[in-house]
Amino acid sequence: MGNLFKIAIRNLLRYKRRTLLTASLITIGVVFVLAFVSISGSFKNMMIGQITDSMMGHLQVHRKGFVASIETLPLNLNLKGGAIGRLEKILNEQPEIEAYSPRVKFAGMFSNFTETSSIRLTAIYPEKEFKTVPLLPGRVTDGSKELKPGGILIPELLARGMKIKPGDAVVIVATNADGSVNGKQFTVTGVMESATGPGGRDGYIHMDDARELLRVDGQQVSEYAVRLKEFGNLAAFGEKLDGLLAKELNQQGKPIFELHTWEKLSPFFNIARMIDVMTFFIKLMLIAIVLISIMNVMIMAVYERIREIGTIAAIGTLPGKILSMFVIEGFCMGVGGALIGDIVGIAIVYILNLLKISYDFGQQKGIILQAGVYPSDILVISATVIIVSIIASLQPAFKASRMEPIQALRHV
Amino acid sequence: MALISANHISKEYRVGEMAVQALSDVSFEIEPASFVSFVGPSGSGKTTLLNLIGCLDKPTKGALTVAKTDMASLDRKASAAFRGRTIGFIFQDFNLLPVLTVYENIEYPLLMVQKVSPGERQRRVTALLDAVGMADQRDKYPDQISGGQKQRVAIARALVTNPKLVLADEPTANLDHDTAYMVINLMKKMRNEFKTTFIFSTHDQKIVGEAETIFTLEDGKLSGAKSKGGNGNG
Repeated sequence: MGNLFKIAIRNLLRYKRRTLLTASLITIGVVFVLAFVSISGSFKNMMIGQITDSMMGHLQVHRKGFVASIETLPLNLNLKGGAIGRLEKILNEQPEIEAYSPRVKFAGMFSNFTETSSIRLTAIYPEKEFKTVPLLPGRVTDGSKELKPGGILIPELLARGMKIKPGDAVVIVATNADGSVNGKQFTVTGVMESATGPGGRDGYIHMDDARELLRVDGQQVSEYAVRLKEFGNLAAFGEKLDGLLAKELNQQGKPIFELHTWEKLSPFFNIARMIDVMTFFIKLMLIAIVLISIMNVMIMAVYERIREIGTIAAIGTLPGKILSMFVIEGFCMGVGGALIGDIVGIAIVYILNLLKISYDFGQQKGIILQAGVYPSDILVISATVIIVSIIASLQPAFKASRMEPIQALRHV
Repeated sequence: MALISANHISKEYRVGEMAVQALSDVSFEIEPASFVSFVGPSGSGKTTLLNLIGCLDKPTKGALTVAKTDMASLDRKASAAFRGRTIGFIFQDFNLLPVLTVYENIEYPLLMVQKVSPGERQRRVTALLDAVGMADQRDKYPDQISGGQKQRVAIARALVTNPKLVLADEPTANLDHDTAYMVINLMKKMRNEFKTTFIFSTHDQKIVGEAETIFTLEDGKLSGAKSKGGNGNG
């Protein structure tokens, strides 16, 4: 095998300019794909991070039917006493979970005593919530990041529109599960930006206040947001937890809980998927570049060396070995192109990171691009190039191996 | 027993709609360790006959046996294996591999065709380099040596597998007269040393005289056989 490689490399070096051009084409392709995968991957990870770490958590558990009616935030579909205990017991037993946060979600009217507007409120235990969505405090742009009973974090949209600032008094009026209307005065603790854009009417209050406002005895929870230790483990853990929750049945023998990962709850999952689709098509373009350039070179190589093929066939070289000779040439070109492309690609990504390029996402301004090259990306791209190089060499190599020596020797 | 036995062999080619009779009803026998030449003008069928003997082509009619093997019975892969085992080739244009050195060109059949151990490879290649007088050129590439030297390397490459038979199609056609004589004499010397049968084709009447058995071909037919040492009989 070593001799086949020696002959292949010498044959490639025999046509230095052509080999260099083809390898350069592959290298450029690999560099572009690697850079695109790194940048788009970094953007995707940042976007997912923003959605999950500042708002949603990695996955959420609700009472069965809640998500279908989520637009109205129905209080009658909240989890209560026994179900909460059973769910928390399950969550506490899972080593994959880093933190979870119970929430009560409801809609209300928000007033600064002169104007009134609608608001969506999430009642939380701040310590648990901030562990589950650690970027949430970072969304507070004005005022305190601490949320104590009696305080409220209001959305920027309402603060600006109704000219409210931290320290101002506001009133929340909400209808409880029985239909009675209750009100409570709050002090604005902080103003927070939306995770996803300039819209948004989501505010946060303390769970104790929600209980008082909604006149709830005992515990009630609309949803549990869950944060995992390893985000990459989401699909497998989601499946596992779903299986465990499915065993929890109500008195009618129907499941009590429903589980949704962030992907099923956020429209941003579609953007993440679009990035994946774009990456896929960029990789397809790389495959086309490698396929066409290697095939072209190998067809030329076979054509130019017909007499040599005839000679080695005449002196007894078996067709399989002739095939191997040409396939190894394509393989070497693929390996060379991929290797140089990987090195240049990593260098370019490193330089991009040094340049500290910034961009905006939603309300987040000046996010610094942190493109990362993952070993898995390098492996997949390199393996793709090498496999395609081998495939591209197969047809010309097969043609060479099937050549009749007598005809090949006559070739001028 | 004869090394080569041709019994009423014919070879017909089709060129478009036309049938071209390259060989017609040729019969002969060649004994082991012979030094044989096929002579005749261009188009007389010399190359066709060497291709048949060299298992590069198959006769349309008749039976051809080389080293006790019926050529018609071999498929593509078996033909290649048979050639690698039994036959050495010397080509008119030398056909050395340009990416290999003199040493590597001679070593190639041992490495890629027969699986010979490194020690044995080195022994055989070195011995042949000495025998053909190319030991001092061993690390040169084909484009760094002369035509006569290339043909010497080709002879060494043909002999390195210890074949029963070496076929040389017009081995001196691209060489000047002195070098041609040198090459033919080297082939004869190798025959004497290795007891290998050498068959070469030529239309150079001066070179023909060096052969011990001469078969003459005209228009695809064997028109005569002349033997100095009695090895050929047509």
